[in-house]
Amino acid sequence: MPTTFENWNPGKAENRHPEATYEEKERLFLEVKNDVRYEDFLYGCYECGICVSTCPSARFYDFSPRVIAQAMAREDVERIYDIITEDIWNCAQCFSCVRCPRQNNPGGLVTILREVSLKNGLQESKDALQGYSRVIYKVMLKGNQVSPDMLQPDFFPDWGPWVQNFSQNMHVWRKAIPMDSIRGLTDVAWRTDRKTLLELYTIWFESGNMDIIKELDESLYDLLTDVMNEELEEG
Amino acid sequence: MTELTTVEQILERKSHPVIRDASVAPTDDMHDRLLELEAKGEIVLQRMKGEYVEFPTKYGRIKKIPIQHTWHHKSCGHCGHIPGYASSILWLHRQFNLDYHDPTDQTSCTGWNYYASSASNAVGQAAVMSRNFAAAYETGYFPLIHCGTSFGHYKEIREQLVHHKELRDEVRRILDKMGKPLVIPEEIVHYSEWVYAMRDKFKERQLVDMSQITATVHPACHYYKIVAEDAIFDPEIYGGQRTAVVTALLESLGINVADYSTWFDCCGFGFRHVLVQRDFTRSFAVLRKIETMINEVNPDLTVTHDTGCVTTLDKSQFAAKAHDRKVGIPVLSDAQVAALAMGAHPFRVVQFHWHSTDWRPFLEKLGINWQKYWDEFQNDLDQIKAGTKSGITWEDADKPIHLTA
Ligand code: SF4
Ligand code: SF4
Repeated sequence: MPTTFENWNPGKAENRHPEATYEEKERLFLEVKNDVRYEDFLYGCYECGICVSTCPSARFYDFSPRVIAQAMAREDVERIYDIITEDIWNCAQCFSCVRCPRQNNPGGLVTILREVSLKNGLQESKDALQGYSRVIYKVMLKGNQVSPDMLQPDFFPDWGPWVQNFSQNMHVWRKAIPMDSIRGLTDVAWRTDRKTLLELYTIWFESGNMDIIKELDESLYDLLTDVMNEELEEG
Repeated sequence: MTELTTVEQILERKSHPVIRDASVAPTDDMHDRLLELEAKGEIVLQRMKGEYVEFPTKYGRIKKIPIQHTWHHKSCGHCGHIPGYASSILWLHRQFNLDYHDPTDQTSCTGWNYYASSASNAVGQAAVMSRNFAAAYETGYFPLIHCGTSFGHYKEIREQLVHHKELRDEVRRILDKMGKPLVIPEEIVHYSEWVYAMRDKFKERQLVDMSQITATVHPACHYYKIVAEDAIFDPEIYGGQRTAVVTALLESLGINVADYSTWFDCCGFGFRHVLVQRDFTRSFAVLRKIETMINEVNPDLTVTHDTGCVTTLDKSQFAAKAHDRKVGIPVLSDAQVAALAMGAHPFRVVQFHWHSTDWRPFLEKLGINWQKYWDEFQNDLDQIKAGTKSGITWEDADKPIHLTA
């Protein structure tokens, strides 16, 4: 296409992902844009790079919160598709980028992009979250995100011999904590009432959270719904 | 004068200190909006009962911090991996006979999972928060949030609830199913703000001299970057240009707080990264934080106020040793330091054995004979193993060590 005044847009992304149609990319972008939080998170972009200078992921990966804010502000559908399939899982969600003088929240934009990606079952997100399902299982079922028994030498070899020592002593070390609600527990971080867990399951079903899990990992979904439904029926 | 470019305007504005004036703050005052919603009957606004103290936040608004009748919103991270952080907070309450409630009607805020995986949504997250706050409200105790991420996440959700009626309606529909009201506390309070409020009282009861200690502070991102206007700032601390919590406590205890150039950087936790992509976490924690601290000020310890930061900074140091990086700084929370200063048992209360970077030189520098207390603790463990003791109780842990010596 010859460059005319109408289509002149320096920096506009090329089509790097021909496997998806433009309409599909635009549909995903509109889903992001229609999120209630979108307007709270994006006001435009000066392209000043202040967010990049504070961003840990920009130091480690080929990743830029500025590009995210800028692509969104320009509604560059191709670039946003690149971001949703290549970049979003690099963000550390530290929110250092909210130092933005334009009041943008690039980390928040990443959150919406991730949610849309999961809801639409994008393979890149399934890949990024491989190995993470056991944490989702724990947090949704037990109401606790991490527990001492997750500290196994196989999973944490880089934490050194301490993990070995810990896992050998875990049961007795737990009892040696004076705090009643956590003393003695190993498979959860703290004691949670059954009624509280049933309320949590109600939240997961009613908020549409289970639909997200279904898109992400069908077998995890089956596992979770089996247990939750049974517990809820028992009351 | 030539006109400034956009970037020059930004640089110019950022070169001046933040002016603390609530009336010209760039954000709405959440409290006004909450009062409006309460008046309309849309929410229940939980108020503090009893004694509280007031401090200025980033733009000069006043934040109330309750002293007692607190509902301890535990952090899944610290209870799972650094329990001495939680037991130190409660131990400090017990030293002053302050009434508190350690609930079992509490779930994780699930924010760690949310930031790691996004396998949730705004409604689900807001409902989890509101359910926890309704549970606190039912007891009459005021929530004190132990985790930096829960604190930041809840403030973020509070903003979303205030801004979006459809979100409030949806959350209320879910809460109705469990017979709970939509409760928002009048302040969302982080435990380190309570520690800050109590610091002079801690100093009065200090038993361990800490004047030989140099420490660095890592302010937790989710404490002061998410909804930044709600973090406590004090003109006496860094000229009011950084959060006052943690640093002010250390100074009160006589510790020399040393500055370092990467104080604003995150620890590298990364939520998903710390679990499944730790090369990122480790590199950032060691190269940007720990090594910079050592190269610039060589501290005896580094102190923070969030679960994820303690874990990341502590555990990342082991593997870096193999690459001859400069590592070896013990990592503690502010509550653990305060408890130690007041004579908390290093193992029964502060639970040093859950930390992997060598803490022995630090305790030796404080003049604490850690071996003696370790032997005592081993004896506890032997009894627990033998079944003659069910576990360490507050009765074992309450008394400061210097008084038992
Ligand atoms: S939230 Fe994400 S984009 Fe923002 S500074 Fe942190 S890592 Fe970078
Ligand atoms: S700091 Fe804000 S305005 Fe500057 S580049 Fe980043 S998003 Fe754009």
